[in-house]
Amino acid sequence: MATSATFRIWRGSPSSGEFQDYSTPVEEGMVVLDAVHRIQAQQAPDLAVRWNCKAGKCGSCSAEINGMPRLMCMTRLSDINLDMPVILEPMHAFPVLRDLVTDVSWNFRAKKTIKPFKPRPPDAPDGTWRMQQADVERVQEFRKCIECFLCQDVCHVLREHHKHEEFIGPRLLVYAAALEMHPLDTEDRVSDLRHNHNIGYCNITTCCRQVCPESITITENAIIPLKERVVDRYFDPLKRLFRIL
Amino acid sequence: MPEFQRFSYDVLVIGAGGAGLRAAIEAGAAGAKVGVVCKSLLGKAHTVMAEGGIAAALGNVDDRDNWRVHFADTMRGGQYLNNWRMAELHAKEAPECVRELEAWGALFDRTTDGRILQRNFGGHRYPRLAHVGDRTGLEMIRTLQDHGIHTGMEVHMECTVLSLLLDGNRIAGACGYDREKGRFQLWQAKAVVMATGGIGRAFKITSNSWEYTGDGLALAYRAGAELQDMEFVQFHPTGMVWPISVRGILVTEGVRGEGGVLRNSEGRRFMFEDIPDSYKEQTADSEEEGWRYTQGDKNARRPPELLTRDHVARCINREVKAGRGSPHGGVFLDISWIKDRLPKSADHIKRKLPSMYHQFKQLADLDITKEPMEVGPTTHYMMGGIRVDGDSQMSTVPGLFAAGEVAAGLHGANRLGGNSLSDLVVFGRRAGRFAAEFASSNGTVTIDEAKLQSTATAALAPFDRGPSGENPYQIQYDLQDTMQDLVGIVRVETEMQQALDGIEQLRVRAERAGISGNREYNNGWHTTIDVGNMVIVSEAVTRAALLRKESRGAQFREDFPDKDAEWGKYNIVVRRGAEGEMQVEKRALAPIPEELKAVIQEMK
Repeated sequence: MATSATFRIWRGSPSSGEFQDYSTPVEEGMVVLDAVHRIQAQQAPDLAVRWNCKAGKCGSCSAEINGMPRLMCMTRLSDINLDMPVILEPMHAFPVLRDLVTDVSWNFRAKKTIKPFKPRPPDAPDGTWRMQQADVERVQEFRKCIECFLCQDVCHVLREHHKHEEFIGPRLLVYAAALEMHPLDTEDRVSDLRHNHNIGYCNITTCCRQVCPESITITENAIIPLKERVVDRYFDPLKRLFRIL
Repeated sequence: MPEFQRFSYDVLVIGAGGAGLRAAIEAGAAGAKVGVVCKSLLGKAHTVMAEGGIAAALGNVDDRDNWRVHFADTMRGGQYLNNWRMAELHAKEAPECVRELEAWGALFDRTTDGRILQRNFGGHRYPRLAHVGDRTGLEMIRTLQDHGIHTGMEVHMECTVLSLLLDGNRIAGACGYDREKGRFQLWQAKAVVMATGGIGRAFKITSNSWEYTGDGLALAYRAGAELQDMEFVQFHPTGMVWPISVRGILVTEGVRGEGGVLRNSEGRRFMFEDIPDSYKEQTADSEEEGWRYTQGDKNARRPPELLTRDHVARCINREVKAGRGSPHGGVFLDISWIKDRLPKSADHIKRKLPSMYHQFKQLADLDITKEPMEVGPTTHYMMGGIRVDGDSQMSTVPGLFAAGEVAAGLHGANRLGGNSLSDLVVFGRRAGRFAAEFASSNGTVTIDEAKLQSTATAALAPFDRGPSGENPYQIQYDLQDTMQDLVGIVRVETEMQQALDGIEQLRVRAERAGISGNREYNNGWHTTIDVGNMVIVSEAVTRAALLRKESRGAQFREDFPDKDAEWGKYNIVVRRGAEGEMQVEKRALAPIPEELKAVIQEMK
């Protein structure tokens, strides 16, 4: 492994910015976030980077590494070609705050527009419910999500077309799916998914699924079943016929 | 004069992990106007890292379990230094708090008859931990977050809190700045709930996330609150030691539970060589018996690798110091050896320990089904914290409450696995309820404008000193080295005295910290504030550890290796003296009521 590497880091504010090169010693076993920390401690103390657990569990350190949306704490330097400068950029689908940090607050606002969990009455007199492990597991996959927003970053509806006001993106479709498929939930979100959250904008390119650090099968297990619910309700020809009659 | 953005609440919650969110939900439900200030984005707090589960005597798997057994287990684990009232309330209310999480959408693993499944864990007599695979903390924080955002709380994300504010003796809110722009903020409040978690970042090797710099402890201490049990820092025996980037990340106890063994560089299972007399009866005397235990043989006794966390951590430490460690300064934890015993062992390991398999594969490029891991002790949990009333969670400052890891009392000298998540919801709920009650029964507060201005001026001083001041990152590294080397797993008077001198120098250096750049999302600036907090917390840990001249629970003194019954009658309390000096004193434990004493006797 190389003993030193160059990191070409985007530095700037919402109004302007540019790439700056930093060379730093590297050792076996390091991840990208280690190199960023080293640069911060020794060369650029005001370098802005968001991080927290450094164990792939909190989803804070999302960035684009050589153009790929990834968690900096889970990207090993040994998996990157260090003969070339390593390019680090903030996520593109969200406004830059500073350097590698973006304003992801939209995700939190958009989440509030999804109707919350509404359980059926308890199954037992002591106020508890009964659920089977198999039914729970389907939703547990979605609840592995660490809200790193890398799927949102790579979604072309948000990244290229900036439809943040009309479309909730893969992360929040996974959230909606977790609620819709929750064994106890009684709420109906199908109309919202079609009319307010515009699930139809997703054309299932599976980019989101490919960048998910938790390997959630976003497209096939979450989005497509929701699309089917929308189609069943609004586009089933027989049901349409009945509605007309 | 720095400008402040001003907000006013009935209840201000500082910290948005499990305890903070639970407190905010409860205070809101009681009709209070609630503000939440947190250091990271919502849902990223250290609670996400919790793996094993949440302890509650639901009795779903073993109906012999009830609050009395849980209470006695918690007291035994804490070596009877616990606040008995908190241990009682915790055991009684945890089941209800778990059911509440389910009502808000949490999806725990199930029993075959569809109820919440519970698993065994160290120190709990019966299977007691409700869980979601090995990501229970994430499930809990997401449940509280998704429920909480619809309850009307206002959340200020990514803020640094600089100081608590007082109106006379009473709490009046807090001030700080938002990291995004560096704008000063005032959060006026009639009551404040502190829920900022622990102090792991004061040590070099820790399983804790970046946020854990002891902010809440330092803020409360400066505001006059008493701290307690600061000497009790839990070191988990098995953290990753290599690669350096992941040093400290937890390797779950489950590896040893599935048959993983600890070996030194000579290939010896050194745990067999040091079994405390009090555990001899319950510990296997051959490797064969230990293996049968891990495979569910009820007639076999547990292997010595499953002795208490503090003991295993010290044994590993000893091997490393004696030069019998692994190449990167740990020892070997081997689960791959079970291929000699089980057919298809690789599949078995992957099924039983999926996240451990992936963690090592992804971060260390190591296949745990084929090779041994390298592990060593890692700073894991702070039993000590803000001294609170057992019922209301109010500190010694009127209107200032504390819940979760930042509060002291429930765990005494050592915490049982699984009792931390239940701590968050039981006492988060209580703190929220009593804070709302305090706010409604006490009038508005007046803000000390001079204090506000002086706080802002002091916070900006590192910019005036500029890059020629001390590098805050370097101060942090040096402090972590000091605490790791001198106030770690094995403590001795001379080293801790040396640590105090070192901490004093670091305090002076922290006051000279300088930074470049501007106030917008400037990590260097944030670090100058964090370092100031860590210095206070480190001093408190060291002074308390020096005063307690015995070994008990998480504290091991090489110069006082035995437990001393006399010391079992006291907690150690730390507070700020009139001159700003740190005072440390013994405080007698509150007497335990007879009926609870009887419960402890009965369960012995």
